[in-house]
Formats: sequence, structure tokens, C-alpha cells
Amino acid sequence: MGSHGIRDRVAIVGMGCTRFAEHWDKGVDELLLDATGEAFASAGITKDDVDAFWLGTAQSGMSGMVLAKPLQLEGKPVTRVENMCATGSEALRQAAYAVASGAYDVAMAVGVEKVKDSGYQGLNAFPIPTDGTNRTLTAAAMFSMVAPAYAKRYGVDRDELRRALARIAAKNHANGARNPRAQFRREVSVEQICAMPAVAGELSVFDCAGVADGAAAAVVVRAEDAHRYTDRPLYVKALSFVAGNGSGLTDPGYDYTTFPEIEASARDAYAQAGVTDPRAELAMAEVHDCFTPTELVLMEDLGFVERGTAWKHVLDGTFDLDGELPVNPDGGLKSFGHPVGASGLRMMFEAWLQLRGEAPEERRISTYGQRHLALTHNLGGYPGEMVSFVSILGTEPSA
Amino acid sequence: MASRGILSYGAYLPYRRLDRSEIRPVAGTGGGRGQRTVASYDEDATTMAVAAARTALAAAPDGAAPRSLWFATVSPPYLDKTNATAVHAALRLDPAAPAFDVNGAVRSAVGALDAGLGGGPALVVAGEVRTGRPGSPDEAAGGDGASALLVGSSEDGELLAEVIGRASATDEFVDRWRTPGEIASKLWEERFGEGRYVELGAQAWGDALKAAGLVVDQVDRVLVATSHARAAATLGTRLGLGDRLAPGLDATVGFTGAAHPGLLLADALDAARPGEVIALVVLADGADVVLLRTTDALASRRPTPSVADQVAAGAPVAYGTFLAWRGVLPVEPPRRPEPARPSAAAAGRSRDWKFGFVGSEAADGTVHLPPSPLDDRRRPMADATGTIVTYTVDRLAYSPSPPVVFAVVDFDGGGRLPVELTDVDVEDVAIGGRVEMTFRRLFTADGIHNYFWKARPVRTAGASTTGGS
Repeated sequence: MGSHGIRDRVAIVGMGCTRFAEHWDKGVDELLLDATGEAFASAGITKDDVDAFWLGTAQSGMSGMVLAKPLQLEGKPVTRVENMCATGSEALRQAAYAVASGAYDVAMAVGVEKVKDSGYQGLNAFPIPTDGTNRTLTAAAMFSMVAPAYAKRYGVDRDELRRALARIAAKNHANGARNPRAQFRREVSVEQICAMPAVAGELSVFDCAGVADGAAAAVVVRAEDAHRYTDRPLYVKALSFVAGNGSGLTDPGYDYTTFPEIEASARDAYAQAGVTDPRAELAMAEVHDCFTPTELVLMEDLGFVERGTAWKHVLDGTFDLDGELPVNPDGGLKSFGHPVGASGLRMMFEAWLQLRGEAPEERRISTYGQRHLALTHNLGGYPGEMVSFVSILGTEPSA
Repeated sequence: MASRGILSYGAYLPYRRLDRSEIRPVAGTGGGRGQRTVASYDEDATTMAVAAARTALAAAPDGAAPRSLWFATVSPPYLDKTNATAVHAALRLDPAAPAFDVNGAVRSAVGALDAGLGGGPALVVAGEVRTGRPGSPDEAAGGDGASALLVGSSEDGELLAEVIGRASATDEFVDRWRTPGEIASKLWEERFGEGRYVELGAQAWGDALKAAGLVVDQVDRVLVATSHARAAATLGTRLGLGDRLAPGLDATVGFTGAAHPGLLLADALDAARPGEVIALVVLADGADVVLLRTTDALASRRPTPSVADQVAAGAPVAYGTFLAWRGVLPVEPPRRPEPARPSAAAAGRSRDWKFGFVGSEAADGTVHLPPSPLDDRRRPMADATGTIVTYTVDRLAYSPSPPVVFAVVDFDGGGRLPVELTDVDVEDVAIGGRVEMTFRRLFTADGIHNYFWKARPVRTAGASTTGGS
């Protein structure tokens, strides 16, 4: 028994990502054609060169035919995957393992979500028949419980914590403002964010991820074949996944200041990739900032900083574009938007741009050229019951 | 020979109060002095009946488990489907004990009592959400609440009050009426009803006294439950009741329909001395009189909370909110999907959890809420109290009355549940606040009422804050 990973056995050789936005004029088909088209072109291939597809969508369609129809695939396997908000990452994970197994030479992972057709605000889960006793709270409210718990556990002044959370949103807005594919391209100040009315706990809409439509795609091949497609492949160093058992909801020992599923998936990913000091070794991280308290706690759960200190690092700029470890240089869910099934692949798209020097100068990470590893972190669910994905990608194969 | 009577009793008054002076400025008419009780948006006749019955059963003599359940209401949440079964499930009564609805008229409550006294022990519950058009006499004079009487024979357990005489007078006349589906009744001019009720009341009164072998001076307290306040007053004068006629709960609660006879009785028993003779007079489509004599057991088996304590508790609700809760003023909902109807099959499988709030216990004592299929032991939690570990206010989530106030609750003796709070004002919620569980209607979808439990602050008499502990 053991989690061994597939370090450096598979590489990403092409990627595509639509702008994340309220695409009133585009449906699932158009978004899929845009993202996959860009990824095919990026790898210098056509759809016929891909042997198998994994399509991630949380609730914009059922079955692999959601992809096979718009792309008019002929006799190709397409697997639809769903793992809540980590759906896009799960698609890549399955495609990578399929290539590593030797079953296919070329695989594609695609993520898509069309959330703005529902007519409702926020994200809404498809109703599964239940006994009616399940919680109906919004994700915003569930994650809002992290802030007071964190303040209490570490003795942080509530106003100071409020500023630290606002600082996270302001940073991600600043990064998104420099990203033409982001949903929100406007800088917002800490003062503006702190002045917003609360909608869930102490959180305002500026503490919440943007809700957008979008799609992203990646082409994966065996590492030894990578240079046939690109001079600068992105090697898969680690892929880890943990599905929580929900015990946090019922365990009186759980205090809402940490997400154990994330800690566990990070530990597995670092072991697979051989990373021992993430803050010093990673060039950047894309993390699941669905709400500002989430990003705060992730800095600790991913082992970037000591417990109880993330709020200080946030205020000191450790995770800024020019900081020690840039986090969410593309604007994150906050500013790039969150089309559920696409977000995990969007994170990898930013690693693809940044590590290969293709990110525009105004949002290039401070570590570019010195470090060669990127981490992406994607979660689904709520404090106490979540799924967590961590990947580590790098431009340099191991010696 | 065994005597029959009341083995235990309980009453429930909802937390909210409408000041009647708030009605006229909005409706342009109606209103009046004093307050009425108001069922919250998540309460109905069924949930309130559960609350009153829990109080009554907690004070029941050992071994007097109900062998039948009778549920009376003019405001049944369901037609065609029995409402009493949800009460039965929430109380976790023996499946062999039948549950019957006795619905549609205020007089149904007397019918349920009559049926219950015929066998026993029988749990006779009544719950009422009393509605009327804005500005109407019924809206102002009505009140919401519930009552429960566990009745039976002295062989079932020690009686708190023995029935010593009963009589009825029945007649057909149109005093008030409502076609099914409407929220408001219509009223004939009140002098007509007054005449009929005084005549019928006097007839039943005389017959009941004769049956008990009493004269009027031997009756200590007379309780009159009727929607016709004028008839009650005139009857009191005609019978020469004087200050034997109890003041009632009109100023603080209002007339609670089918729940009112039991509510008045509970209030009287809360204060009565042993050996007192209490007359319950119900004027509704006829007249029914029940004469009871309290026993020595009363002093040691009064339930908590008392009616007076519940009257003293409570917090105001604005008239606009009251109208919205009753569906008279439909307000803009949050822009979120309305919840789907609960699955009848899934709800049936988790009946003990959903209706009875029964969790499970692992071999190591860990309490699981909801119950885990891996645990062998059930763990009833409805009577457990707990502490708020953390909480939040959700202004985005769908609710029949936003915002949703939600807390993580750790129960005394083990178990944690993230659960919605009710009967709270946001500014009063605090970490460390103490809560108890209450059976509520979360929402209604496709006509199915989704019943489950919420937490509410533990309130001692007169206290209105939930913070601290």
C-alpha cells in the first residue's frame, strides 16, 4: 500500500482557457470549443490526435457526450467527472493517470461550467432527493464561521483580521486587474472592502469568489514524448486527492480554523514531489480562495507559514505578486471567477503561463526564473466536509 | 370505581407577540389593546402541538404512556393526510397507539377530550394558528398556541384533576363560517350568536352542575373558551358567576381556537389549590361544560414552563412581519432557488432522526448526529441542551423569513450539530449561548411540510437574551 504518484512521467504540453465572465452570448458548446481549440493549437495538434478525453463539469451536463457533440468526436472515449468545485482538477488527474498507465498516448482534460444560465445568484447545487434534514446554508455562510474561530483561537483582534481578509481580496483584485482573462478587472482597496455590508457572517460580496461561466483545457502526454509538442512542457510532479468523511461537522474537537483534508492532501503531494520547504521551493501557488477566510487558512494548511501567522504574512505582503511566495497571481477565484468545473484547470493554466515566462510583465511573479515549481490547490465542499486536490507542476524534470 | 380525569397537562405559547395597536395604522381598521401571540414562520398547529405535548409528557406519571393520540385544530397543515401522525412521530409514541385528527372547528377540541376520556391514557393535543383578514376582529382577538392533556383513569396513574360532571348542548346555527382553503372566517352579527350561546351555555351549565351534584357556589373557577367574547361575558352575568369567572388570556395571548380550552385549563391548574372545583365551558357550535376537582397530586406534578412564565417571556414582532409570516403579505424572496420537496421515502427511512431527533452512539460513546449506520445504539437527543460553539448569519440563503441564523451546537453529554436557530434576534446570539431543541417546519415545497428540529435559546422566565450562560 502506498501513494507513489507519477512524478515526471506525464507532462502538460498544451493548454487553453477562455475568459471567465458572464458569457450571456456563449453556451457550454461554445465555451468548450474555445478552450479546447486553444489547447489543441497550443500543443500543435488536432482533436483527432487525442486518444481519450476527461470532461469535468459539476452540473452543466451529463455524460461524455457533452464534449463529444460540440467537438464532433468520432469513436473517442470521453469520461465525465464530477468532484464538486475540484471537478476540473479531477479531470486532469484522471487524464494524467490514464497516460501514465500506458493506456493512451495523448489525453485531454477539459473543464467547463455554465453557471449564469440559472437565473439565481451564487452557485446552486442540483437538488438530490433527501429526507429534508440537510443543511441549506450557503457556502459563504459556512466559510464565514472560520473568521471568528480563527480570531478566537489565535487571539487576533477582529478588526485586524477583517483588514487581513480584505487584504487578500485586494491582492487578488489587483492581480486580476492585470489579467485580460479575469472576470473582474478592477482594483479594490482594503478600505472599500471593509466598508461593504455583510451578507454572510462578517463577509461581504467582496469576500466571495466571482461567479462566472468559462472553460479550460489541457493536453497531457508521456514525459518522454513532451518535446515533440513543445519546448517548454510542464511536468506533473504530484497529484493528490482527499475526500473528507464529513466528521468535522459532528466532531466537537473541530474548531473551524483548519481544513484537515487539505493538510492531508498537501502532505501527500509534497511527498510525491519531494518538496520539503514549500515556501522556499515553490515559485507560486494557485489556491482555492472561494472566500477570503479560506485563502487565509490555506496558507497554513498548505504549510506555507506557521499556524496562527498567516494573517500577519498577508498584511506583510508575503503572498503578493512581488512577495516571497506569490499566491493567485492570476486573480484567483475572487477576481478570475469560478466556473466550477473549469477552475482547477484555470489554476494550472496560470502555472503554465507563469513558469514558462508567458505571463505578461505587469503580473509576472517575483520568483520567475529562480524557482520552477508551482502548486495548485482546489477544494470542494465546506469546513468540516470537503474534497481537496493538490498538484505540483514544474518545468524541470528531476535529475 | 376508578375516576377519570387529567393525568398531566402542558401548554405552549410561541415566542413572538403582536401589539394590537400596530394593526390600525397599517390596516386602517381593527386592532385594539394588549397583545396576541404569534406563531413564527416555522411553526404551525402541528409543531406547537408537539411542544405542548412534550411538556405534558415530561410531567406524566410513570407508566402512563399514551395509548392513543387525538389532535384537534381549526388550522390543519394538511387535509386528506392525518396531521396527528407527525405529532406521534415527534413524540416517539408507540406505533400501536393510533393517532387521529379531530379537525375543522373549535369544538373539535371538546370532541377529542371526550374521546380521550373514554379510554386511556389518551393524549389530547390541540394547536392553532389563528388567522383573519388584516384589520378583522379575528386577527386582533386571535392568538397562536397549543395545549396538551394526558387523560385517563385513576388506574393509569394519579390524577391531577378528576372529572366530576359533564354536559353538552348542541344546536345548528351559522355564527361563523369559512370555506376550506380560505384563511379568514366570516362572522354573522354578534347579537345573534350571543343569544344562542347564552341559552345553550345556561342549559349545559345547569345539566353539568346537576350531574356533579353541585350548586354554583361550590365552583371555585369558571373558564370560558369561546371566540364570542360578548357571549362569555353575558353568560357570566346570567349565571351569576361574578369573580368566579376567570379573566382569561385575551389581553396577553388572544383566543387560540381549538387549543384554548386546554390552554385555559393549564393556566388554571398552574395556580389551583388541591380540592378546587374548576368548570371549563366551551361555547362553539353549542356549549360543553366539564367540571373538574383538583387533587393533592397537583402541587408536586406541575409542568414547566407554566403558562404564566410563557406569557411573561416573548418578544415583539412587527405587524408587517406578522402579515408576511401568515402569507397575507408576500414579500420578495432571496434570489436563490427554493428548496426541493423532501423525499417521502427518504423521510420515512430517517423517521426517528427527522421527527424524533434521535442520533446514534458508537461503542466508544461518540454521539453521531445524524445517526451513523455503523452504530448499534440509538441516542434520543430532543431533550438535550447545548452550547453555541460558533455561529453565522446567512443573508443569502433561501429562507421563508431571512436571514438564516445558524450555529454549531455542542450538546451536553456529547454530540455536535450545525443547526439553524429560531426565535432569536441576531444581535442576541453569542458564542457560549445555551440552546434547546424545538420541532419546526423548515419550509413547505410542493405542498409537503418539511418538519425537522431547530435550536432555540434556553429562556428562563422573563429573560430575553441568549448570550453568556
